[in-house]
Amino acid sequence: MAFTPPKESYSGKVFPVEAGTGDGAVSLGGENVLPFHAFEGEIPNKPLVAYEIQDVPPADWPDEVKSQYEGVSDDPVKWAKHCIDELGAKAIALRLVGTHPDGANRSADDASKTVKDVLDAINVPLIIMGSNHAEKDSEVLVKASETAKDKNCIIGKAQEANYKTIAAAAMANNHKLIAMSELDINLSKQLNILITQMGFDNARIITDPMSSALGYGLEYTYSVMERIRLAALTQNDTTMQPPMMADVGMYVWKIKETQAPESDLPDWGSLKERGIAWEAVTASSLLLAGAELLVMRHPEAVKTVNSFVEELS
Amino acid sequence: MALSGVEIFKLLPKTNCKKCGHPTCLAFAMKLAQRQATLDACPDVSEEAKQVLGEASAPPIRPITLGSGDLAVKMGEETVLFRHEKKFVNPSAIAVAIKDTEADDAADAKIDAVNSSEIDRVGQKLRVDAIAIMNESGDASKLEALAQKVAQKAPNVAAIVCTENADAAEAALKNFSGKGALLYGVTDANAEAMVNVAKAHKASVGVKADGLDALSALTEKVKGLGIDDMVIDPQSKTAKDMIENNTLIRRAAIKKSFKPLGFPVINFATRDDSMLETLVASVGICKFASIIVINSVEKWKNLALFTLRQNIYTDPQVPMQVEQKIYEVGDVTADSPLLITTNFSLTYFIVSGEVENSRVPTHLAVMDCEGLSVLTAWAAGKFTAGKIAEFIKESGIADKVSHKELILPGYVAILSGAIEEKLEGWKITVGPREANALPAFLKSRAA
Ligand code: B12
Ligand code: SF4
Repeated sequence: MAFTPPKESYSGKVFPVEAGTGDGAVSLGGENVLPFHAFEGEIPNKPLVAYEIQDVPPADWPDEVKSQYEGVSDDPVKWAKHCIDELGAKAIALRLVGTHPDGANRSADDASKTVKDVLDAINVPLIIMGSNHAEKDSEVLVKASETAKDKNCIIGKAQEANYKTIAAAAMANNHKLIAMSELDINLSKQLNILITQMGFDNARIITDPMSSALGYGLEYTYSVMERIRLAALTQNDTTMQPPMMADVGMYVWKIKETQAPESDLPDWGSLKERGIAWEAVTASSLLLAGAELLVMRHPEAVKTVNSFVEELS
Repeated sequence: MALSGVEIFKLLPKTNCKKCGHPTCLAFAMKLAQRQATLDACPDVSEEAKQVLGEASAPPIRPITLGSGDLAVKMGEETVLFRHEKKFVNPSAIAVAIKDTEADDAADAKIDAVNSSEIDRVGQKLRVDAIAIMNESGDASKLEALAQKVAQKAPNVAAIVCTENADAAEAALKNFSGKGALLYGVTDANAEAMVNVAKAHKASVGVKADGLDALSALTEKVKGLGIDDMVIDPQSKTAKDMIENNTLIRRAAIKKSFKPLGFPVINFATRDDSMLETLVASVGICKFASIIVINSVEKWKNLALFTLRQNIYTDPQVPMQVEQKIYEVGDVTADSPLLITTNFSLTYFIVSGEVENSRVPTHLAVMDCEGLSVLTAWAAGKFTAGKIAEFIKESGIADKVSHKELILPGYVAILSGAIEEKLEGWKITVGPREANALPAFLKSRAA
């Protein structure tokens, strides 16, 4: 029986989204096929891995990943430059966790000063994220948007509770916007619709359907991403066509598998490799599900994921 | 090729006798076409119809068993391309490659690693499923020596004998005769000789060819030689090829009922860099491989791959859950503390594991929340103050403990006041948020 490759053609396409300016600008998305299905369509851009840095020292990161940034993580500018110059980062994700009211409670002005300092020091795209406190984020991210005006940053996360102010600021200052909902394809679609109803261009959104770590709900993120991508491609649903983001490091580096020493759990093997593998496998599986932008922490995990992306491209 | 309901109907007795449990032969035919029934439900079907329909109603990907006994692994039988459509059926087997050119102690270390690879995760025992012995040397006696070693040191682990040389295959495979081994390395050139060796030892075969066209022709040839139990290798060199070939194979089998590729797939994901190898193996898990061969099985790598496999192969409709009851962790007494959590199996296993780590005997009240995690159940209105109070009252635990203190997960601290109101006389204590803080928490209270 002769074999005819059952190739598919899709009616939709993921929006190509550019972040950053000048030489350092990077594009995401743009493909008209499922992840890495180059055999039946076009994939103009590779997924992008951004190194996560924070506005305050990463006190709650486990030692294995904290120690990677010893001597630089006390200063976001040094930290960002280290990621770019030493680790080859193609994008930086600055998380303003220090603004959280239960934490350092830094003011929006302080945070926007940090944003300015980091932007002045780097030429790769900057992703600016709040502390995931809906109310405070709308204040912090609006200021940050203004400070970063015309730098074409990716700003977020806009959620159901605060999208209006954040989307308006991103629009006025020419940024891309992360729209995050909680692990539900319908919620994700609805949020994208609400944001576009404000006049925000669909093609400037990055969808974050919410990540989870390997072993801790990864299958939910995986399937929501796959379903979003299928809706974008097979149903040509434009509300589902923004590139997707996976905020990997944040979920991975707080679970037991990345913290418990081998002496307590000999069956789990070396803690160092285990942590790196956990972050890398969470990333690899979400890439296969459709993520185009990853936010990660451990340099070794990023390095491996980048080699993996090369092998897939 | 898949037959339509009407085509199937033409082959049935058309007596509408209902013995199959369906009102008419046509109704039964429709169910058969949708693969929601099997032909053996009709007692009166003719031999001829059986033959035609048997072919057509066989699962699109042939079920095959690797190994034997308790550790046997089932493969194939998949019905969908995406896990949200329906549960992926048989999880990918992980196999470690040992070359017959590797030093003795290296081979021994790998065999030991396989033997001690079992990990318990959320109630499932997971392990490295198979050992692939590779005829790297090209020499039959070297492969034979390695086969003997593996057969002796890991007698219950499934063996995959990898060679293109029929003599070497015979020398190695006789050590696994009748044990559900896989003879991998059947090509167009050696098919007859290899098939004979496989038949003699009741092994299934792994066939490989360049390109899916050649691979289809080869499986037909092997079938003609009398072997149906095959595993196919599209010989993907890169992760990119893996996605392409595995996807095309799965689509051809499931959407086109293309029988020549309706077999489980074996992928060699071996890479020099162990971390990269882990990621390439993850492609196999997510994208349809039934056997993934890797170079090394460090414990950290196993844990990550087993966990991914478990995640991808869970039923998307039903979260894994445990029974609602008051579990006793350790040698509890009436004075032991009482904790409450939900019946999502991941939650239960994490919490009970940490309670065990603490070595403080504890009553763990597990409440039925339809398999939702603590926060999800809370958000969904299933882990509420009223329901918790009712569960505690009805559980009868009050008669078994000398105190009236209930320890709540830290994430739902907000419920403590309301529970105190509804559970009269009880003191509600808010525990830590993350379960990994439980040992310190329980120990400090016990001190
Ligand atoms: C996977 C997931 C789902 C899955 C369900 C999976 C399941 N079986 O529960 C699905 C997709 C179905 C889902 C649905 C919803 N979800 Co949901 N979901 C998650 C997610 C990503 C992971 C949950 C999980 O598996 N956690 C792992 C388990 C092990 O955690 P756990 O049970 O809490 O246990 C830990 C601790 O609580 C502690 N612990 C447990 N028991 C005990 C006991 C004691 C005594 C102590 C001390 C400690 C302790 O130990 C464990 C490990 O540290 C979380 C976000 C996140 N990353 O946490 C959101 C999350 C829980 N979901 C949320 C929401 C809002 C929902 C929905 C209402 C809305 C929606 N998005 O659709 C629905 C409700 C479901 C319904 N049926 O109506 C919110 C809850 C927000 C809040 N704080 O109220 C979360 C936190 C997401 C968020 N950030 O907003 N969800
Ligand atoms: S048992 Fe067979 S003959 Fe009877 S109704 Fe069913 S299909 Fe028809």
